[in-house]
Amino acid sequence: MPAASAIRERLGSAGAIAEGLESVGYISSRAIATAVHVAAHLEKPILVEGSAGVGKTELALSVGRYLGLPLVRLQCYEGLDESKALYEWKYGKQLLYTQILKDRMSDVLRDADGFDGAMARLHEFGDLFFSEEFLEPRPLLRALREEGGAVLLIDEIDKSDEEFEAFLLEVLSAHQVTIPELGTVHADMPPVTFLTSNNTRDLGDALKRRCLHLHIPLPEARLERRIVETRVPETGEALRRQLVDFVQQLRTLELRKLPSISETIDWARALVLLNAHELERELVRDTLNVLLKFEVDVERADRELPALLAHARREGGAAAAPRLA
Amino acid sequence: MQQSLERFLKALRGMDVPVSVAESIDAHRAAALVGWSDRTLLRDALAVAVAKSEDEKARYFECFDAFFAAAAGSTQEGSNGEAAAERRPGDRRLPVRGEDRAPADLVRMLLDGDRAGVAAAMAAAAGAVDLSRLRLFTQRGVFMRRILDEMGIGALEAEIRTLRELRGDEDEGAAERAERLEGARARLIEETRGLVERNIALFADPASERLREEFLERMRLASIPARDFERVRRIVRRMAKRLASRHARRRFNRKDGRLDPRRTIRSNVAHDGVPFRLAWRYTRVERPKVVAVCDVSGSVAAAAQFLLLLLYSLREVLSDLRGFAFSSHLEDVGDLLAGRPFEAAAAGIMERIGFRPTDYGRTLLDLETGHLDLIDRRTTLLVLGDARNNRGDPRTASLEKLFQRAKRVIWLNPEPRTFWGTGDSEMLRYLPYCHVARVCNTLRHLERAVDDLLAARS
Repeated sequence: MPAASAIRERLGSAGAIAEGLESVGYISSRAIATAVHVAAHLEKPILVEGSAGVGKTELALSVGRYLGLPLVRLQCYEGLDESKALYEWKYGKQLLYTQILKDRMSDVLRDADGFDGAMARLHEFGDLFFSEEFLEPRPLLRALREEGGAVLLIDEIDKSDEEFEAFLLEVLSAHQVTIPELGTVHADMPPVTFLTSNNTRDLGDALKRRCLHLHIPLPEARLERRIVETRVPETGEALRRQLVDFVQQLRTLELRKLPSISETIDWARALVLLNAHELERELVRDTLNVLLKFEVDVERADRELPALLAHARREGGAAAAPRLA
Repeated sequence: MQQSLERFLKALRGMDVPVSVAESIDAHRAAALVGWSDRTLLRDALAVAVAKSEDEKARYFECFDAFFAAAAGSTQEGSNGEAAAERRPGDRRLPVRGEDRAPADLVRMLLDGDRAGVAAAMAAAAGAVDLSRLRLFTQRGVFMRRILDEMGIGALEAEIRTLRELRGDEDEGAAERAERLEGARARLIEETRGLVERNIALFADPASERLREEFLERMRLASIPARDFERVRRIVRRMAKRLASRHARRRFNRKDGRLDPRRTIRSNVAHDGVPFRLAWRYTRVERPKVVAVCDVSGSVAAAAQFLLLLLYSLREVLSDLRGFAFSSHLEDVGDLLAGRPFEAAAAGIMERIGFRPTDYGRTLLDLETGHLDLIDRRTTLLVLGDARNNRGDPRTASLEKLFQRAKRVIWLNPEPRTFWGTGDSEMLRYLPYCHVARVCNTLRHLERAVDDLLAARS
């Protein structure tokens, strides 16, 4: 694990972060790199929003890889509570130990005089059951106790309940949690925290105030080409131009779910697998379901297909031609 | 620099981007971290710290560009103006204005054509009168005057006067200088006006906009002028969105720490009754099922627009909403409202069913005979209308039947309470069969009523 100073150096400037993320395969826009930079120095969590598949989760994973820190991930869902997120007592184990101790109990209490003596004797064991031994740390506690720091990813926070959101506040602002039986656990090295949200509900103001906010939009053509180039290097220049242009145009249509970066990458992979060097009508029609996830969207795109393809060929061809010459 | 940032945050608040104290501290720290030299970097860094949602981001970028464009001349204040002020610290805030050094400087600078110097002086003057205090466009004149005074226009005028008087016996040089100074004065006034106007756009517009919106929220729906409809629609949409997010996605309300003994025993039968798995109690929060019935007849025509608008906005909030409209009879408007912009939908409905004499009796009967299956013990029946029945049979029995079946009957009446039961209003006869009856004739009322509706628990 890298030393704290090395990590600080890696987070030195937005430019360094952008380059570093690129080295682990994540092409970030300037805004993203700046956000990571500011967040790391202010020691504040980043709330990342954006539509599904623009690389919110991937950002956290890549930052973890770049910094060489372990990634602790907490997936949120409705009904998630602190016993799943923070810690839990190993209830079964406690019970088991009690069963075993029951047999030994008479030995322990044999020569105790009276009820008070027996109680005093029992108190000697008392805190045994609420000690580290029986504590089952869950993601949040693990991230706080990680010695060299960690990257904490709280995924899809909007899926959790409001109560859980409120519960997160202590962790996020003070980097500590309180376990009544053990005391307060404080992080030596605050974890680099990412929260992601798909905007299924608006998050509370208190939470938003404690976080920095980063919105990742759908990428523009140039950025997307670079992303495809890094992720699927097998695609040729011409194909890449065409397919990115095609996807960019799809996003201008009125669709129920616009294809995002992850769909573009999947599609590029599919096209490579099918040995395509150019977008052809039949091929696109057969693979359209990789990009679009609703039947109505596929039908809609299918109707526009000739125009979209012509545009993509023109763009891709026109831009690629001078390069060849 | 710190002052510029403070002013920027103030402008942001005016643009409806709420910046709390904690966030402004973050902004300062972020700015200190990335420095002031690279504008895009600064913009991105501040964006992360203060704008906390997608549309706040959009407003933020707009404001950032506007602010630093308006300040382009006057942010130089950071380098020019403040530096100048530091060089002669006592000068800027002299109690006797317009008589001292600065004015003489102004004349000299104008004569020399020192544009940078004039710009710096203007920026300093703008800082001294604190343009961010601008609230309304009517203050333009006052602020222009103050800036010009601060820059020492009095001395300039005096200088021009003296030069003019000298003309008789002195050389033509004086006349020529007077000409030049007059031209410069005109330009100076123009520039000041420009500066003040850019700042009005920045600081005053949002404030007056908010003032107007607050005013609209309290205004009687029927008396809102047509030119403000667009604004009202925006308010209602925002209201609906706020309500939606407040009430979305809460299905279970777990009461942590309360054991459910019956379920615990049942789920541990396999362990010989040893409670390995614990079950906790929770209550289910029900999402309201709403059947809304909206009056669009002539007597409520003015309010009908807004009732329909509410119906339309509610559809976005409540997935389980059935919308009906009526005047002489009842009609399902779910399809008419779905997937169309409000204007088209409302026009379509008014054309098909609007402006006919109201018949509440017939409507209630239609509801009872045709759609009784929609109403069960989880349904809230929402009636929007004035209960003016043109002396027809009110058929309270029908409402009673609905009242007994439904979870709640809520009646929102655009007329003030004192009018209920007067003339052909049957409100008082319907009243016993409503769980809640309210006056609803401003946007505020509307919001409160819907909030209650959504918060209703089982």
